[in-house]
Amino acid sequence: MTTALETRNLVKRFGGLVATNDVTISFQQGMRYALIGPNGAGKTTLVNLLTGVLRPTSGSVMLEGQDITGMSPFQRVRSGLARTFQINQLFPEMTPLETVGLAVSERQGHGREWWRLAGSKSEVIDEAAAILERFGLTDAMGVPTKVLPYGKQRLLEIAVAIACRPRVLLLDEPAAGVPEEERHEILDIVSGLPNDVTVLLIEHDMDLVFSFAQRIAVLVNGGLFMEGAAKDVAADPRVREVYLGEGGHG
Amino acid sequence: MVTILFDGIAYGMLLFILACGLSVTLGLMNFVNLAHGAFALAGGYITANLMNRLGVSFFLCLPIAFLFSAAIGVLLERTLYHRLYDRSHLDQVLFTIGIVFMTVSAVDYVMGSGAQMINIPDALRGRVEFLGGSIGVYRLFIIIICGLLTILLQLGLVRTRFGSRLRAAVDDPRVARGLGINVNLVFAVTFAIGSGLAGLGGALGAEVLGMDPTFPVKFMIYFLIVVTVGGASSVTGAFFASLILGIADVAGKYYVPKAGAFIIYAIMVLVLIWRPQGLFARSATR
Amino acid sequence: MTEATMAVTTAQAPAAPAARRLLIASARWRWWEFAVWIAAFAAIVLLPRQLLLLNEIAILALFALSLDLILGYAGIVSLGHAAFFGLGAYAAGLIAKFGYGDPLLGLLGAAGCAAVLGFATSFLLLRGSDLTRLMVTLGIALMLQELANRESWLTGGADGLQGVTMAPVLGRFDFDIFGRTAYVYSLCVLLVLFLLARRVVHSPFGLSLRAVKLNPLRARAVGISVNVRLVAIYTMSAAYAGVAGALSAQTTQYVSLDVFDFIRSADVMLVLVLGGVGYLYGGILGALIFKAMQDYLSSVTAQYWQFWIGLVLVILVLVGRDRIGALFSRITVPFSRGARS
Ligand SMILES: Nc1ncnc2c1ncn2[C@@H]1O[C@H](COP(=O)(O)OP(=O)(O)OP(=O)(O)O)[C@@H](O)[C@H]1O
Ligand SMILES: [Mg+2]
Repeated sequence: MTTALETRNLVKRFGGLVATNDVTISFQQGMRYALIGPNGAGKTTLVNLLTGVLRPTSGSVMLEGQDITGMSPFQRVRSGLARTFQINQLFPEMTPLETVGLAVSERQGHGREWWRLAGSKSEVIDEAAAILERFGLTDAMGVPTKVLPYGKQRLLEIAVAIACRPRVLLLDEPAAGVPEEERHEILDIVSGLPNDVTVLLIEHDMDLVFSFAQRIAVLVNGGLFMEGAAKDVAADPRVREVYLGEGGHG
Repeated sequence: MVTILFDGIAYGMLLFILACGLSVTLGLMNFVNLAHGAFALAGGYITANLMNRLGVSFFLCLPIAFLFSAAIGVLLERTLYHRLYDRSHLDQVLFTIGIVFMTVSAVDYVMGSGAQMINIPDALRGRVEFLGGSIGVYRLFIIIICGLLTILLQLGLVRTRFGSRLRAAVDDPRVARGLGINVNLVFAVTFAIGSGLAGLGGALGAEVLGMDPTFPVKFMIYFLIVVTVGGASSVTGAFFASLILGIADVAGKYYVPKAGAFIIYAIMVLVLIWRPQGLFARSATR
Repeated sequence: MTEATMAVTTAQAPAAPAARRLLIASARWRWWEFAVWIAAFAAIVLLPRQLLLLNEIAILALFALSLDLILGYAGIVSLGHAAFFGLGAYAAGLIAKFGYGDPLLGLLGAAGCAAVLGFATSFLLLRGSDLTRLMVTLGIALMLQELANRESWLTGGADGLQGVTMAPVLGRFDFDIFGRTAYVYSLCVLLVLFLLARRVVHSPFGLSLRAVKLNPLRARAVGISVNVRLVAIYTMSAAYAGVAGALSAQTTQYVSLDVFDFIRSADVMLVLVLGGVGYLYGGILGALIFKAMQDYLSSVTAQYWQFWIGLVLVILVLVGRDRIGALFSRITVPFSRGARS
């Protein structure tokens, strides 16, 4: 089994606050992980460190054995590390088609071509259309993102990440804020992700976490509290105490 | 040498008084006001006209200039500016450039395009010897007045309840409202004081800087330099930036008269590249 | 890449043809675009007395178009775009003065100089906030102005650059006092550069620029190297502004220090905002309105026309630029709807 992504002694301080406290963890290729922890535990911060949105105070991040700590976010994406954001980060005035098409065309290396019309490469169109279909966004593909219902925007948020065709995918609370009746759509998508992609899912809904994850990492106060097989973590009394008990989500 | 240093300090102090209002609105409230010089213009013109037409004493004109510009400031803030606090920077730029254009043309139309002459009182004329250099009494007067104002301002911001309210209001207007702070009032008063000081600076500086309708455009860049180079986080930063700018400008014009302004702009660009948050900003966390 | 992920792409998606149509449609020519250009060329015969003014409009439109590339498509607010206009003007003026009177050569030289300056200074804009960008762009324009003022042996200093004599365009068309050649020349340059810009903004590169403007965080997260894109468009925009300056120098055969003025940078921003930001025709429409206004107002109030320009700016912002823009698109869109749905 090969290691897809790992961190070594990762630390992030905001002034006096230690948001990430000496986290050393590794994610094996093709495995399904869940990252859990109380609000403010530092889950999003960890994702930001992994993807390069934030620079660590110290420590390093390795992707498939290569040190990527100094790499900028866009380079990490090109090396196969994509993410979704806890709060939608979309292009309000662009359509889902343009958004996904953009991601696909960037990945295929057409992003700097200024002499062609966007939409003239059939590889890009076909793949973008296929992704939009898979996410049930074809009907809405021509309207500006900002007028889409929230659930659709959430789907688009994941679709863009998929369009980057990542080998490691980090999902920061993909179903957060989505009305109950639309949640299953998102969850189906998440569980239907290709088998060889390593997925790290941040989620507060414990039912979902246990149905999805093979392994679970628990973050408390910025530190890695424990990491292990899902059933072991579920059974661990200390985890129940710090998280399951007081969180009240499960 | 001493003379140049002294002139530079006087000039810098003047710049600080002129620009400190901007350092609060732009630096703290993040409102890009390119029309700040218009308040100085108002102060300079009211002084010149009161003195030359009605024979009002210069010393009396100074507080009048302050009040006059402060009144205009409050009026503008309440009627127009406050609508723009949460608009894009582009909108703020466009709007305030519009105000500058209107001011320049209107003043030109009403008062003519010539420079306004201010005859400073005899008591402030002449020079004194000091450390081997000769110093204009008027420069000394400027330094004393501006120095006092600076101290008052710093105390006012740090020590008074108004100061802490302002800081709270700037930090997060909604939270401040929740704490029962009348944010609109705080902003309006701040704006008034800032404009008033600019007016006072205009009155004091008319003799040194020259006062004609294009003043807001000519000195806009200097005010902006003070604020951006000084860094948004504190009035002290703006103060030091003003002093440096004043001394550098006077010395530059004296020693390398041909390259003076060029060097100033070059240094500004370099500083902003080196430290985008300003020279005296507390280093930002990232 | 492995089987599972590949499977997504190989199958022809049923939605693909519709998707292609949608994407291409946004780049399709609208009827009113043809009308604009036909009118611009028809003016050569229809308004023979206004050709000098029309020439100024064409040049200003090109200058505003260059600003649109960075403001409308990349979101960079510049207070010193006159730096490139001015550099282009001096470059073209000097090239002609030193004996190479061919206009197109001058254009190339000016575009080159401005592009180099744009490229070099673009790096200063990558870090920092709107405010730092404002200051840096403004500072660079002022530095150039100081430089041009100081090196008067080359630039003529405050007296302006004189003795610019131009050879006929393409070796055939001499510049005449009615501005006929000048306008046709400027208009053709404008058209060519406009077509290029139109191509660029509808390309994958243009799409990525829009993304960068709308949300740089997400743009990075789909693998866009934001900085490279910004440098590229800024350089292109600088070259365009340089060409506009060159046209101005060549058709007036004179360059003065005020090419670098803050007022000029402010004016071009106003022009663009008047016409609307981010759809390429804003520069042309804005230049038309601005020059017409200037022409009319300065005949009424001579030197005070700036007051009214200022008033227009203030009102524009207070009413809301987007609201005025929406009004405009309501007029133009219904005729192009057919292409969309
Ligand atoms: N840019 C920042 N500057 C200062 N503090 C920050 C910043 N980002 C996060 N923090 C702090 O770091 C801590 C961890 O935040 P983070 O968003 O990573 O938590 P989280 O586990 O994702 O929480 P949630 O479940 O609510 O999403 C919090 O105390 C937060 O206030
Ligand atoms: Mg979070």
